[in-house]
Amino acid sequence: MSCRLYVARSRSVASRKLGEETMIMSGLDSTLFTLDEVATIIWEAADGSTPLEEIVDSKICTQFKVERDEALRDAEALVEGLAGHGILLLSSERLTGSNSPRKAEE
Amino acid sequence: MRELTATLAQAEIIIEIGGAPVRVRATDTSFIEMLERRYAGFVTSGKAAEFDFDVELTEPVAADADADLRVTLDSGRWRLERGDFAAEFDPHSRSGRIRQSRNPFSIDALFRILHTLMLAQEGGFLLHAASAIRNGKAFVFAGVSGAGKTTIASLAPPDVTLLTDEISYIRKDGNRYTAFGTPFTGELGKSGENVSAPIAALYLLEKGRQNQIAPVTAAEAGRAFLSNVLFFAEDQELVRSVFCSACEFVGQVPVYRLTFLPDSSVWEMLT
Repeated sequence: MSCRLYVARSRSVASRKLGEETMIMSGLDSTLFTLDEVATIIWEAADGSTPLEEIVDSKICTQFKVERDEALRDAEALVEGLAGHGILLLSSERLTGSNSPRKAEE
Repeated sequence: MRELTATLAQAEIIIEIGGAPVRVRATDTSFIEMLERRYAGFVTSGKAAEFDFDVELTEPVAADADADLRVTLDSGRWRLERGDFAAEFDPHSRSGRIRQSRNPFSIDALFRILHTLMLAQEGGFLLHAASAIRNGKAFVFAGVSGAGKTTIASLAPPDVTLLTDEISYIRKDGNRYTAFGTPFTGELGKSGENVSAPIAALYLLEKGRQNQIAPVTAAEAGRAFLSNVLFFAEDQELVRSVFCSACEFVGQVPVYRLTFLPDSSVWEMLT
């Protein structure tokens, strides 16, 4: 992906942080997803107004020993996968207003 | 229609499961007597019922009790449909009716569904789990069929009070969870005792070659718990509520994986 990518948590899910991981239930079909520690960091930062690369730079690369390009590739694969399940929203523009994300932990 | 039903109703019984009395009325006394036998230990009297149900008995039909169950909220009334029965109730007036033939299984399903809906409102559950009380503490043993619920229940020593070998009844009271006995039986074929106790721990059952209690991550506990929750209603908000309640439960109650040999030695670890 070359353009800036904004990510936002879908409003049609329920999520809870359990330990370092996050459980998410799709509001569409009640499917359960579990995010590991790194994915949880991205999930919590997916506020619709912070670009994914900024999340990776400020939240991932500073906490984990990982190459920036590799971390960004992994993060893009993760958010695309979650978007495919309707868990995350992706956009090349900021996601605000009616598209604003659900709170990370309710 | 309600007036007619009330006029025809001649016999009634109050069945109290999980501390929630439900009155069942029918014109057929023998049906009520059958329920008295089926729910022995859970029949009560002199209490105000939290729900009232009128039973309309029909001729037996070649219906499939394993047919897909549907539980939907339609114009403010819950509708329950399965091959062998149809029921509806108003959650506000807390009354309803069921059409079924003279058998104990259909109304048993109604009770389970009704209680899952009631419990979902207050952060409780029906859980696919055995449970028992020892030393004033309740232990819950969750697992799919074959995981060992009936086995561990049948191995319990005499000082253990069995609550159920199949479906556990869990209520939330503040930050505390309480397990109640249920008449919902598994392979043991024996109703639980109609008593309750605060839950000390939830064990995820697994048969193995040694007795071992091991910690599980919170997420693993949450996944396992949710996979054993009984919930039937097609209602997004309630499903969301059950999800959140399940996460809260595993955050409050210690959860372990219990691997056990199929002999009574496992109970030496459960005190």
